[in-house]
Amino acid sequence: MSILEVDNLTVKLPDGADRPFAIEGVTLHVDKGEILCVVGESGSGKSVTAFSVMGLADKRALTPVSGAIRLDGEDILNATDARLRKLRGEKMGMIFQEPMTALNPVLRVGDQISEMLEIHTNMSQSQRKERVIAAMNDVSLPDPEKMYRSYPHQLSGGQRQRIMIAMALTLEPQLLIADEPTTALDVTTQAQILALIKDIQKRKGMGVMFITHDFGVVAEIADRVAVMKYGQIVEQGTVDEVLHAPKDDYTKMLIAAVPSMTPPKREPATGDKALSTDDLVKVYGTPGLLGTGRVVKAVQEVDLTVRRGETLGIVGESGSGKSTVARCIMRLIDPTSGEVLINGENIATLKEGQLRPHRRDIQIVFQDPYRSLNPRRTVGQSIVEGPMNYGISAAQAHERAAELMRVVGLSPDALDRFPHQFSGGQRQRICIARALAMEPMILIADEAVSALDVSVQAQVLDLLDDVRQKFDLAMLFITHDLRVAAQICDRILVMNKGEVVETGPTADVYANPQHEYTRALLKAAPGAAL
Amino acid sequence: MTRYITMRVLSTIPVMILVALFVFLMLRLAPGDPASVIAGDYATAEDVERIREQLGLSDPIVVQFVRWVGSLAQGNLGVSIFSGKPVTELIGQRLEPTLLLALTTITFAVAVAVPLGTLAAFRSGSLIDRFVMLFSVSGFSIPAFVMGYILIYVFAMQLQILPVQGYKSPFTEGIGPFFYHITLPSLTLSVIFIALIARMTRASVIEVLEEDYIRTARAKGQSEFKILMRHGLRNAAVPVVTVIGIGIALLLGGVVVTESVFNIPGLGRLVLDAVLARDYPIIQGLILFFSFIYIFINLLIDLSYTLLDPRIRY
Repeated sequence: MSILEVDNLTVKLPDGADRPFAIEGVTLHVDKGEILCVVGESGSGKSVTAFSVMGLADKRALTPVSGAIRLDGEDILNATDARLRKLRGEKMGMIFQEPMTALNPVLRVGDQISEMLEIHTNMSQSQRKERVIAAMNDVSLPDPEKMYRSYPHQLSGGQRQRIMIAMALTLEPQLLIADEPTTALDVTTQAQILALIKDIQKRKGMGVMFITHDFGVVAEIADRVAVMKYGQIVEQGTVDEVLHAPKDDYTKMLIAAVPSMTPPKREPATGDKALSTDDLVKVYGTPGLLGTGRVVKAVQEVDLTVRRGETLGIVGESGSGKSTVARCIMRLIDPTSGEVLINGENIATLKEGQLRPHRRDIQIVFQDPYRSLNPRRTVGQSIVEGPMNYGISAAQAHERAAELMRVVGLSPDALDRFPHQFSGGQRQRICIARALAMEPMILIADEAVSALDVSVQAQVLDLLDDVRQKFDLAMLFITHDLRVAAQICDRILVMNKGEVVETGPTADVYANPQHEYTRALLKAAPGAAL
Repeated sequence: MTRYITMRVLSTIPVMILVALFVFLMLRLAPGDPASVIAGDYATAEDVERIREQLGLSDPIVVQFVRWVGSLAQGNLGVSIFSGKPVTELIGQRLEPTLLLALTTITFAVAVAVPLGTLAAFRSGSLIDRFVMLFSVSGFSIPAFVMGYILIYVFAMQLQILPVQGYKSPFTEGIGPFFYHITLPSLTLSVIFIALIARMTRASVIEVLEEDYIRTARAKGQSEFKILMRHGLRNAAVPVVTVIGIGIALLLGGVVVTESVFNIPGLGRLVLDAVLARDYPIIQGLILFFSFIYIFINLLIDLSYTLLDPRIRY
C-alpha cells in the first residue's frame, strides 16, 4: 500500500529560466515501511519534487501544470492551505540539509519541538513537555530534560539533526521526507544519523522519501531508488537492480563517477622537498590574566613534508584542524609556534613585507567556487591580477591566462565573461587557472571538489592530477571525503582534534589502518557495498 | 550573562573619561579667548585679565583639567557665565520638555513604524509595501522645519484643533494639556523616525523570512501569521532595536529645530541660546550631558541584544 503517489507530475518554471519545466512527467511512489532514495545531481529536480509533495514549493516560481500528488489517497495539489498545514506534521514531516539554519536560533530546541504539538493538538503544556522529552529520547539524545532548554548553537551538528528528526516525527507521520539530511554532517555523524533514520523507519513502519546526491548513502539506506536528471526520472528500481545492474547510461555514469575506496597503486615521489612543517601549532584564545581564559588548540605539533610532484592528503572531520594547517602554511593566519619551510626557508615568522615574494610560490583553491571569485570582475581580470602584482606586464599576463584556460579545459574566449556565467565545475577550473597563473611551486586544494556534483568532481580531480604532473607541483589536498582522498593522494595524514593520528602511503593506510580513529573513519564512509 | 553585563557596564568608564578629556581640550584649544568674549568689545585689558583670573584660565592646562574633572565627579558642571546659575540647574530645568518630547516621539514612531514595516515585508511587492516605501522616501526628504510648518498650517491654522506652540508640563498642568501641546511637535519629529524604522524593519523582516527555519516552521504546518510573530520578528529585532536606540540618541540631540518652531523651552533651546551667547560652561556641560546619554543608550542597546539573541555573548 502506497502512502505517497506522485503521478505524472509536471511543474513549470517561470518564463526565462534555462528550461521550461523544473520536473516533467515524474511518477513515483513510496510504500509504507520502505525507503525510496531519489538521487540526482544539482538541478535534477529532486528537491522540487520533495517540496511539491510538502506543498512548500515557492508558488510564485513553480506552478504544477499537470499530474497529481496523493498522500494516503488524498489529493495534495488541490488541497486548501489550511488542510495542507494540517497534513504537514500530522501525516508528513520533513528534515533538511543544514540542521543549523533549519532551527530557529533564538528559541530553545525543546520549545521548537513542542510547537509541533501546539499547532496540531490540544495538549496541555505539561503533556507537551512529556511528549517532547519522549521524542528526544526516541532519537537517542543525551539528557533530554537538560537539552530541552538548550539553544541550537549549543548543540553539535548531529544533535541538531536529531532534534530536527524528533520534531518531524513527534506526531508519528506516515511519510518522512529527508532532503539531503546528512550532507552537511561529518562521516561518523552521518553514519549514526543514517542508522537512526533506518531504525525509526523500521520501528514505526513509515515511508521515507530520501533525497540525496550520494550513491554511497543510497547503498546504505535505500530499499528502492529513483534516479533523476534534468527534471525527469531516468531509472527506477530496487537498490540492487539500480546499483549493480543499472540500465540507463546516466545512472551508469553516476555510479562509475563515485570514487573507489581502494587507492590505486602509486610510486613514491622522489622530487625535491618543497614544503614541510615542523611542530606547527595554532592556539586560539588567550590564557587570560589568571589562566582562566578559554584556549582552543586547533593544531598541535603537526609535522608534514610534501615533495614536488607529490600529493599529500590531509583527512579529517570538521574541527580536526585540517583547514587551519592549510591556512597557517599559506600564512592567511599566523601560526602560534613551529616552522613552515618553503624550499628550506622558514616563513612562519616573516613579516608581511618579507613574506610577499614567497606568496606566489604557494597558491590555494577553496571549497566554494561561487564565493571565491569576485562577481564584479571578469574571470580574465581575476586571473591576471596576481601575476601583475608581481610585475608581469598586462600583455604577458593575458597571454598566459589564455594559455591556462586551455590547460584547464576552457576556451580563452571566456576570459571576458563574469563568474555567474559559468557552472560550478567551470568556476572551479577558473580558480585552478587563477592559482596556476602565479606559477606556484605548491598548490593547496582546500575541499576543492566537495561542493561539486560527482560527475563534475571526477573531472576536476583529473584536472588537478594533470596539472600536478604537468607543472611538477607539490600538492596539499585537504578533504573530509575518504573516497576522493583515496583516488588522488600519494600519502595521507589523518587528523583528529588538532592532532595527526596517522600518516603513511594512501594504499597502506586504507588497507591496514593503525589508529582506532582512522579505522572508525574508514568504517563510517558510506557505500562499502559500492 | 552576568559576567558579560558587568564587563559591558565597566567598559563605559574609559569611554566616558575619553569624552570628558575631548570636551575639555576642544574648548581650551578652540580659537578665541572666552575671557575676552565675556568681557565684551569695550573691555580693557585689565577687565579681561580679571575675568581670566576668575575663571581660572591662567593656570596651567593640567591643573585646569584636574580641577574640572574633580568638580565633574561631584556633579558640578560649572556656572553659566551670563545667568550665573549652575549649569546642572539649567539643564535640569530644561530636561523635562526635551525628554518627554523625545519619549512621546519615539514611542509613537515605534508604534507606527514596526507594524508598518512588518506589514510591508509580509506583503512585499504589494500595494501596501509600495505605499510604505513611498512614505519612507518622502519622510526622509522633508526637513523637520518644513514638516512643522505644514502641520501647524493644517492642524492649528486651518482645522484649529491643536495649538500653534507652547509646552505644558504633565506634572504641574495635567496630562490632557500636555498631550494637547505635545502632539504637533511629536508628529513633526516622528515622521523621519517612522520612515527610518519602517524601512529598517521591512528590510530585516524580509531577510529573516527567507531563512531556512521559516521553511521548517512551514513544514510543521504553522500558519503564516504565527510564523511571522514567533519566528520572524524576534530574529529581525536586533537591527531594528539598534536603529531605535540611535533614533532616541539622535532625537535628544536633534530637537533644536523643532523646539524652536514650536517654542518649547527644552534643552534644544538652551543649546541654541548658549551657542548664540558663547556661554562656554553651558555648551561644555551640554556636550558632556549628551555624550553620556549616548553612551548610556548604547549600553542599553547592547544589553538588549543579549535578551533578543541567545548567541550573543562576548
